[in-house]
Amino acid sequence: MESGEKLGQVTLTYETYGELNAQKSNAVLVLHALSGDAHAAGLDKEGVAGWWDNIIGLGKGIDTNKYFVVCSNVLGGCRGSTGPKSIDPKTGKPFGANFPLVTIGDMVQAQIRLIDHLGIEKLLSVIGGSMGGMQALQWMVAHPNRIRSAIPIATTLKHNPQQIAFDEVGRQAIMADPDWKGGNYYGGKVPARGLAVARMIGHITYMSDASMAEKFGRRTRENKEPFKFGADFEVEGYLRYRGDNFVKRFDANSYLYITKALDLFNILNGHQLSDVFKGLKAKVLVLSFKSDWLYPSYQSQEIVKACKLAGMDASYCELNSTYGHDAFLLETQQETHLIGNFLKTVANGNGNGDHKP
Amino acid sequence: MNNSTGGIDRVAIASWIENGASVLDLGCGDGALLLTLVKDKLIRPQGIELSDQAIRSCVAAGLSVFQQDIDTGLAEYADKSFDFVILNQTFQQVKQPDYVLREALRVGKKVVVGFPNFCYVTDRLQIFFRGKVPVTSSLPYQWFDTPNLHFLSIADFTDYCRKRKIKIEHAYFFAKNRRVRLLPNLRGEIGLFLLSK
Repeated sequence: MESGEKLGQVTLTYETYGELNAQKSNAVLVLHALSGDAHAAGLDKEGVAGWWDNIIGLGKGIDTNKYFVVCSNVLGGCRGSTGPKSIDPKTGKPFGANFPLVTIGDMVQAQIRLIDHLGIEKLLSVIGGSMGGMQALQWMVAHPNRIRSAIPIATTLKHNPQQIAFDEVGRQAIMADPDWKGGNYYGGKVPARGLAVARMIGHITYMSDASMAEKFGRRTRENKEPFKFGADFEVEGYLRYRGDNFVKRFDANSYLYITKALDLFNILNGHQLSDVFKGLKAKVLVLSFKSDWLYPSYQSQEIVKACKLAGMDASYCELNSTYGHDAFLLETQQETHLIGNFLKTVANGNGNGDHKP
Repeated sequence: MNNSTGGIDRVAIASWIENGASVLDLGCGDGALLLTLVKDKLIRPQGIELSDQAIRSCVAAGLSVFQQDIDTGLAEYADKSFDFVILNQTFQQVKQPDYVLREALRVGKKVVVGFPNFCYVTDRLQIFFRGKVPVTSSLPYQWFDTPNLHFLSIADFTDYCRKRKIKIEHAYFFAKNRRVRLLPNLRGEIGLFLLSK
């Protein structure tokens, strides 16, 4: 681990879609965001569609007819991969807060092992939004020889204070919950209120003023509670519902570890912007969304600036959407078009770079 | 992109570009010029463009393109990042042509500028006889919907280059899809210049 601590055997849960070709040249690694998991496409046993099912599939933007798509749950997560709720072999109990600090670099290091295990020398592309975009950037910088292209979406070279601040409020909500118990709550009551509040804050930052106005307006709920501070407005009811639902599928300690990894991420890491992508051969497509105020377009443009300074083969598009940060999951028509065509040129090898003398 | 020249400007631009050069096209539209240059001159292309639709076309064609404003998109490049920077039919549409051209000459070793000549004979006649702002094949817009922000003649531009100590390495003038040699400021509908600092 980057922190210097050691983790014994690590489990990574992953899903794949499509077929790996004989040359092993059609593999695309899809990277999930904070609350995502390995289930990116198709329906699972309970009939739940993957988090990017509108982008990945037969004939879709990331066409599983052509590409072998891999998605794994991140290290530190709680959806099958090793994380704080896993059993610490030394004590026979869940790690809890004794789990070592996880970084985006550690997550990518674990993915490297997975790609090695699958026998893939070079990925056709690494693609992800938000935290997934950070992992894509990490691949570009730390493992440039293992990728032919990258698509970082709605992401940043490093968190700004506002992003850290929102994460900190989420963490404080969890740690202020008496059920958190310093992270050792496994087997008993989970810090449900704290995690739900953290998720509610998160949800606000994923939407936009316009998308909330459109979705809820000032509409009030029909079944009002007699309590004075009940959820009178639809938006309140929605946030409570999303918060409570999240508790059922997500571990509070993972939320702490993963948001910390987001905040600590800084791809520059002491380097100049002009040096960070120096010599990188991968073709890059940077995408942002107009109404995203959590990862505003200026952050994507910083990535573009680094690409320009490195003289890279790169494209940038700011997509129209009112959905805010969630747009990369929801407003997928233009996104699909751009990703699909971009992958096609990378796969066919008829991008710009092939005309170099 | 303005096609009143029937593509003769593309042929002329291609004649200036060296094989394998790196080329930045400012306001590249759907990438038609860059694609011609990729095919004929094996250039390394980069476009900057604002329109969503045009960006999608460029990405679909495998061209590298940034969705940015030309007026601000150059500042991030280091000096001499490109062999050629092209401002074809977009020069008169930027907010600050003086600044953009200065930046283009900093970022590119050579700069191509193409624009409609506002003192072309037809324009002059329309102003003189009709008393109206000209609407022609090279200036096809009405006053209320034109993307053109600046109106200049070939003579204006050559004066400007002299004052700014910009070297005109070569120039072509066109009208009705043919080359014009004599009296370009009167008979040239389009001016195309190869510049260096």
